[in-house]
Amino acid sequence: MKLFAHIGTYLLLMRRTFGQPGKHSILYRQVMREIEKVGINSFGIVVIISIFVGAVITIQVNFNIENPLLPTYLVGLTVRDSLLLEFSSTMMALILAGKVGSSIASELGMMRITEQIDALEVMGINSASYLILPKMIAAVIFFPILCLLSIIVGLFGGYLACTLGNTIPPSEYIDGIQYAFQAYYISYALTKTVFYSLIITSVSAYFGYHVKGGAVEVGKASTKAVVQSSILILLANLILTRTILG
Amino acid sequence: MIEVKNLFKSFEGEFVLNDVSARFEPGKCNLIIGRSGSGKTVLLKSIAGLIEVDQGEIWYDDQKFSHLNASSRQAIRKEMGVLFQGAALFDSLTVEENVLFPLDMFTHQNRKEKLDRANFCLERVKVTGSNGMFPAELSGGMKKRVAIARAIALNPKYLLCDEPNSGLDPETGIIIDNLIKELTVEFQMTTIVNSHDMNSVLEIGDKVIFIFRGCKSWEGSREEILKTDNEALNKFVFATNMAKKIKKP
Repeated sequence: MKLFAHIGTYLLLMRRTFGQPGKHSILYRQVMREIEKVGINSFGIVVIISIFVGAVITIQVNFNIENPLLPTYLVGLTVRDSLLLEFSSTMMALILAGKVGSSIASELGMMRITEQIDALEVMGINSASYLILPKMIAAVIFFPILCLLSIIVGLFGGYLACTLGNTIPPSEYIDGIQYAFQAYYISYALTKTVFYSLIITSVSAYFGYHVKGGAVEVGKASTKAVVQSSILILLANLILTRTILG
Repeated sequence: MIEVKNLFKSFEGEFVLNDVSARFEPGKCNLIIGRSGSGKTVLLKSIAGLIEVDQGEIWYDDQKFSHLNASSRQAIRKEMGVLFQGAALFDSLTVEENVLFPLDMFTHQNRKEKLDRANFCLERVKVTGSNGMFPAELSGGMKKRVAIARAIALNPKYLLCDEPNSGLDPETGIIIDNLIKELTVEFQMTTIVNSHDMNSVLEIGDKVIFIFRGCKSWEGSREEILKTDNEALNKFVFATNMAKKIKKP
């Protein structure tokens, strides 16, 4: 029963979020602010994690296929497909759920307990739309960019592992990442990322927006936001993969 | 004018407001007083529309607020300024942006006109030279002043204040009270102040309503409060030993 209550409250919140937006100029300004907060500020973590993961996958794949019958360019191909199909969309979304999701939940939670959301409501402002919609729009616009960035940087990380770590010849690696390339994989990754961005922002906003109590509850809401977003990302991954690649 | 008629509100079967009726006149500071947990914050939030009452009517002049749809309520809320207990300034905005906020949302003035209005409001509450500061950099009294400036930015007809001087020293508290009083008279607002501070009652209480266990127990002026024979109100007003000595003669 509690699950249905959560789903119902979440759907009502989403209805308010997409209903009666304020002035377009204010929405635009808010979206720009949120792009900086949820997008640009995540550049660093995406670059660092992707570069290391790209390098590690390269080393691990090379270690596992040390067989004279298997061509070494397969290392590049495996790294590329791992990044495209899973890491840069799903794994990156799980990381962003931790970083962006907890930030959204705690920001809204603090606004709730310090009566800032009430202040918006008594001014006659649709607080859900004013606070949540810009975050969702910013994430839908910017998370796919972060996904593409992760793919590029991850592939570069693999290249660094080849050149600095002497795993395989860099030319073989580059041949591998170009071999049997399917552009469809990129649209698959980006489609998943759009769904994930909606999950992360809306679920985190839901937990933050409905905080009752004090600082302890804000912390709990933040944790719940990350856990629930992560579970829903994994569930969505399964459903989307089955639907798109099925 | 704001009027509430026969308000009932309960939480988990326990009445927090029990048949409360009152009339709040414009140009006057109407004080709601009572012990902590007596129901005065619920009453104020019900009037502001932040809590839905179980039964009863809330009137803003000739409009029955409690029965309006969301868009009509929003129209009234644009005429309402609310000062929250903790000021509720937006953390991510500067002092100036906080006061500009309602102007940006609801007016079509140009940038200069909005800035002029924001600066007028800030000067009116005696906050100058802090336009670029963030709420975290302000003292409690300054926060309350900025919150008042934001509340009056749109020239509201109604001003609702929830414990405006809580957390402030008595001197700053009286300054904030007097500021509310001055603005009420100047702009002929219907002001409702929620308080349990006797200094506020004696300083600005044109009309005082005493809430006791969710019921309106007494109503009168600040002069009458000192002579009342209402036992619960006497316990509340003359709670300290010093106050009891004043009452005795």
